[in-house]
Order: sequence, then structure tokens, then C-alpha cells
Amino acid sequence: MKIALFVTCLNDTMFPGTGQASVRLLRRLGHEVDFPTAQTCCGQMHFNTGYRRQTVPMVRGFAEAFAGYEAVVTPSASCAAMIRDWHPKIAVEEGDGGLSGRVAEVVPKVYELSEFLVDVLGVTDVGAYFPYRVTYHPTCHSLRMLHVGDRPLRLLREVRGIDLVELPEATECCGFGGTFALKNSEVSAAMCADKVTNVRSTGAEALCSADNSCLMHIGGALTRTRSGVRTVHLAEVLAATEDDRA
Amino acid sequence: MPAFPEAARRAVADTRLRHNLAHATGTIRGRREAAVAELDDWQALREAGRQIKDHVLADLGHYLRLLEERVTEAGGTVHWARDAAEANRIVADLVKATGETEVVKVKSMATQEIGLNEALAEEGITAYETDLAELIVQLGHDRPSHILVPAIHRNRADIRDIFRREMPDAPAGLSDSPAELAEAARRHLRAKFLSAKVAVSGVNFAVADTGTLVVLESEGNGRMCLTLPETLISVMGVEKLVPSWRDLEVFLQTLPRSSTAERMNPYTSTWTGISPGDGPRDFHLVLLDNGRTATLADEVGRQALRCIRCSACLNVCPVYSRAGGHAYGSPYPGPIGAILSPQIRGIGSPVDASLPYASSLCGACFEACPVAIDIPEVLVHLRARAVESSRKHPMERAVMGIAGWTLRSPARLGMAQRAASASRWVVGRGGRIRRLPGPLKAWTDTRDAPAPPRESFRAWWARTDGGRNEEGGK
Repeated sequence: MKIALFVTCLNDTMFPGTGQASVRLLRRLGHEVDFPTAQTCCGQMHFNTGYRRQTVPMVRGFAEAFAGYEAVVTPSASCAAMIRDWHPKIAVEEGDGGLSGRVAEVVPKVYELSEFLVDVLGVTDVGAYFPYRVTYHPTCHSLRMLHVGDRPLRLLREVRGIDLVELPEATECCGFGGTFALKNSEVSAAMCADKVTNVRSTGAEALCSADNSCLMHIGGALTRTRSGVRTVHLAEVLAATEDDRA
Repeated sequence: MPAFPEAARRAVADTRLRHNLAHATGTIRGRREAAVAELDDWQALREAGRQIKDHVLADLGHYLRLLEERVTEAGGTVHWARDAAEANRIVADLVKATGETEVVKVKSMATQEIGLNEALAEEGITAYETDLAELIVQLGHDRPSHILVPAIHRNRADIRDIFRREMPDAPAGLSDSPAELAEAARRHLRAKFLSAKVAVSGVNFAVADTGTLVVLESEGNGRMCLTLPETLISVMGVEKLVPSWRDLEVFLQTLPRSSTAERMNPYTSTWTGISPGDGPRDFHLVLLDNGRTATLADEVGRQALRCIRCSACLNVCPVYSRAGGHAYGSPYPGPIGAILSPQIRGIGSPVDASLPYASSLCGACFEACPVAIDIPEVLVHLRARAVESSRKHPMERAVMGIAGWTLRSPARLGMAQRAASASRWVVGRGGRIRRLPGPLKAWTDTRDAPAPPRESFRAWWARTDGGRNEEGGK
């Protein structure tokens, strides 16, 4: 299958390793991966902060960059949720008939990584090897907007060498919330502190998640508190193999 | 009232308060989940509740006129109040007409919203709250901080101190045991019930086609207020209507489970006008608009008017449990307050303007809401309205403008990424940034930020032809 990777602006700029891992993983599973270079951003930050009009060109840009692919895969649950829940509505509101048609064509082909692996490719064992104690933080958007359920955990359970431990109060928000982390930084930090306490209580060496935005937030507090716990994106765990250690 | 972030700061710093709140909301959240899980048709009930409320809201004028007709036929008097001042004036005049200077009250969100107690006090009328938690708040010269548990921010020792200080008939040597505190309150309130000639109540539901008013409560104090006094004045927001008794069936299942995690609430009182020889001789219903029809005009925001005041959204909200209820500056705290207050009051004040941003958009509130109010959707909608209608926050506008301009173009995004990469050695020793400038400082106050990578994904893709030319094939 010819897959287009929507790497997202945050991953592209700050976490290129996640994109590279996604490419490695999908290729290892026998698929061709393309990175349409016209892509930029899903518009979530502007949309969620209230800058709705500024979101429209990003919705248009997304639909144009990804037209014509069989599947669009993204290693970000929150961006996938933004695209699926809001791009069609924004396009209709914009009143540009051509745009809503193009958006309607692209959106059903957009998948978050774990959805794509489990639902489209039908695999849970992706041949990964990751010999560390890992705990998983299910992000709010993957849980409550995308409803990915236990798909990421099903994938992680098949990883060889992994010691997967349950995160207490896993479904509680980490407090990132885009610009919420700046606009309400004290409340955000308090939420993050509780998340960090829960992460540390597991004794995990690594915190895994399907969104680098949440990981950037929790990870920032983990290093500030010198916890020694590192953050790792789901794509990176699934892409890791025994060869990486050789 | 300061903006939400400032108002929340005190609660966030108060570790005891945060612990109390987290414990209380955590307990009720677990119990609620169990109570909801008992029903295999919960989602259908939720959908039914949504539809009933939407149906009423779509034809509100008709149902309000029907209610007025039925209440009047049953011997009650209906009053219409456009805003808080009008509603307070109506109630004060009704009380004065009885010649009384004291009223007992059953807990009511609507009368808190309009500041009735304070308005009555200005007219020389004393209002006594009879709900235990409301009594604690009132005696403590405090404000409620939760819809269902208004004194959730108080612990037993606080309550003992308040009773000793403010309750003239509190027994000497009162301890902080719940039984003793409840007994002291019971004795104190009984005297009020037996002497009061006028009562003021709120309304949970009003059944349009019979003119019946419904109050749900847990302590029985409401029932005393509704039956003992000679005059009963009920104040209700116009959105509290349901078409018929059949519709109550849905809410009598969803409201108790969502609020107190009970299958059924202990006291459900219903009354229709007046009944000779039984209960109040004079009944008045005040229908309160106070920003509700303006809210109804907003296609997205109007769903807030479905709210049945169960407080489930508060108990699951991670922001509420850290910020506390007072930070929301209204009797409606938590996620529902964050969308209801700025709609019914407008966004003129700092707190109302900040409320749409008092959420991480985690979606737990929407999931818990028994009438399926998509609170995150309304929050984002109100943020858009705020941005479009105001010229404030020039700094944020500039940042969003530049970010938007950059993110619209792959070439400009690539350029910004190269600039970020070039700065990595300056800003991020050890791969982490411990101090960011300007508004981003709020981030690095408590969190490190990652330093930009040596190379963006885009640059890596171009350099290695999508990884095909990379050494080691990685």
C-alpha cells in the first residue's frame, strides 16, 4: 500500500525521530511510504485557541497535500482527531464548495498510527523489540475523540522484551492542552506534577504515548525533577528491533 | 473577580485544599461510574435526555405559555423576570406583602445566580439556607464552590469552627464528628422551619402540561420548606421545562446517578399550584430569563441550557479539582460554569472572558454529561467568538499571526525549522531548555522544553531521499 505520512508540524520541527521511526516501521511491514512535502500543520493550535479563520488555509493545505493517497497515517492522535472531527465542519462553514469536497475525500483515509496498524493492516505483532520497563499514557484525544481504545496496548503487549506496567490514573489529563499550558500554567503544572508522580510510582524507565505534545509536557517535568524516566513515542517503540542494539 | 488563572493560583498553592478536592471528587467519580454501569441503556437515556431538552428549547415559548396557563389554573401566580434585578424585586415585594422579614430557602442555583439573599438583605429580609452545605457556606460568610456539594472546600474542623462561631444555638463543646455536626444543624434548622411563614425554592424540573414543579434533594429539608410555610415562592430558569410527566422518567434516572451516584435520590417533591388544607396557601413561580434567551440564540452554545445541574462534569474535571470552585467566579463552577457563565453574563468581566480558556479540552466532561453537552465544542466556539469580537491580547494575536503565516507554507516552515536548529546550541545545553523568553516563560517555570533537533524531519527527508540514502539504512 502506498502510504502518505502526515508527520505533523510538532514532530517535523521538534521530534523528527518519531517520523523516522514511523517510516522504518511501515516499510518493515512491507509498505511504500511517501512524505508529501507540501504538508504543514493540521491547524489544531490556532483552532483550539479561537483563531478559527486562520485555520482555514491549513485545512485547505492539508486536503491539497494529501489528495490522491490510499491512506494517510499520522503518529499523533490529537492531530488525527483534529482532522477527523473538525476539518469537514470548518470546510463546510467556509462555504467553499470545492474545499468541502476535497476535505470529505481525504478525511476518511486519515488514520492515527495504532488505528492504521490494527484496523487497516490487521497486525498487532509488528516484530518490535524493546527491552525496557515501559508505562503507557493514553492521551485524552486518543481516548475521547478518536476512541482508539486499547489498540496501542495491544501493539505494545506484542513487543518482545518489553515490561509493560500499568499507569495509575492513566486516563487523567496530563495538563498540556496546547496553549492551556501557557494560559493556565499553574493549573497545568499541577496536573502534570500528579501525572509525573504516577509515572514515577510505576518504576518505569520510559513513558510511552501516541502524542509527542503530551510527552513534551510530561517529559519536561520528568527531566526537571531529575526522574531519570525518558519519554518515547509509540512509533519509536514499535520501530525498534534487535538490530538496533547490535 | 480576577481572571481564572489568577483566581486559581491560590487554590493550586493550597495543598490541603487540593488534597480535599481530589479526594472528594475522586470518591464521587468512582461511585458515579459504578452507578452508571448498572444501567445497560445509559447511552440511550443520555440521548433521550438530550432530545427532550432540545425539543423544549426549540419551542420554549410554547411550553412556557403552557406552564403559565397550568400553574395559574392550579391556583398559582406566575411572574416573568428578564434579569436578576427584576427577579429580586419580584421576590422581595412578594415577601414584603406577607409582612414577614424572614424566609427559609431550599438550595437553589437560580437564586444564587441572581444574588437573591443579598438583595433581600437590603430590603431588611433575612434568608436562611436550609440545605446543610448551603448553611455551612452561609454561616461561613463564604461562597459555594460546587454545584452539589457547595461546601466541598471545607473539612469537618472548619465546619465545627463555623458552627461554634456563627450558630447561636450550637451546643457547647460541639465536636467535629459528622453525627454531632448534623444534629446541631438539624436542631438549628427545625426552629426555623417551624416559625417560617415564607419559603423560597428553586426548581429542578417543571412539567409544562400539568404545571407541576419538581425538586430533588437528599436531606428532606427542601420538603420542609415546600410544605410547612404559608407562602411558597419558586424561582426557576426558563430552561428547566419538560413537556410531560413521562419525560421525568429519563431525568429521575440520570440525575441522581450523575450527581450523588445514587439509583434514586432520597426526596423527590412535586407540587401543582395550591391544594386547600394542604401545604402553602399561596404559591408564586418566578420565571427567570437572565441571559438565557440570548444564549438560546447561539446555535452551538445553546446546548449549555440542557444542563440539569448534576455536577458530574465538575467531579471528572482535572482543572476543577486543582483550581477549586471559587476560581470560576460564579455559582456555576467547573466545565459547565466555564461555558454557562460567559454566555448568560457575557464576557465583559476578566473572569468571564477567561473562562472559555479554563480547560485543557480533555473531554472528560462531555463523556460524563448525562445530557451529552459537548462542553469542549462550546469552549472552542466561545474562544473563537472572543478572538473575533475583541481587540485584546495584541501579543497573542501577533504570535498567532506569525505562526499561522509560517504554518501555511512548507517553505516558510522549513526556514523556521532551520532557524530553530541553528539556535539549539545557544538555548539548549544538554538537549533541554530551562528558560524560555517572553510568554513562553510560563512553560519553563516548571518544565524543561526540548531543544530543537539538529535537523527537522523535512530536512532529513530531503537530505536522505526519505531515508533511502542514509547510512545503515535507518
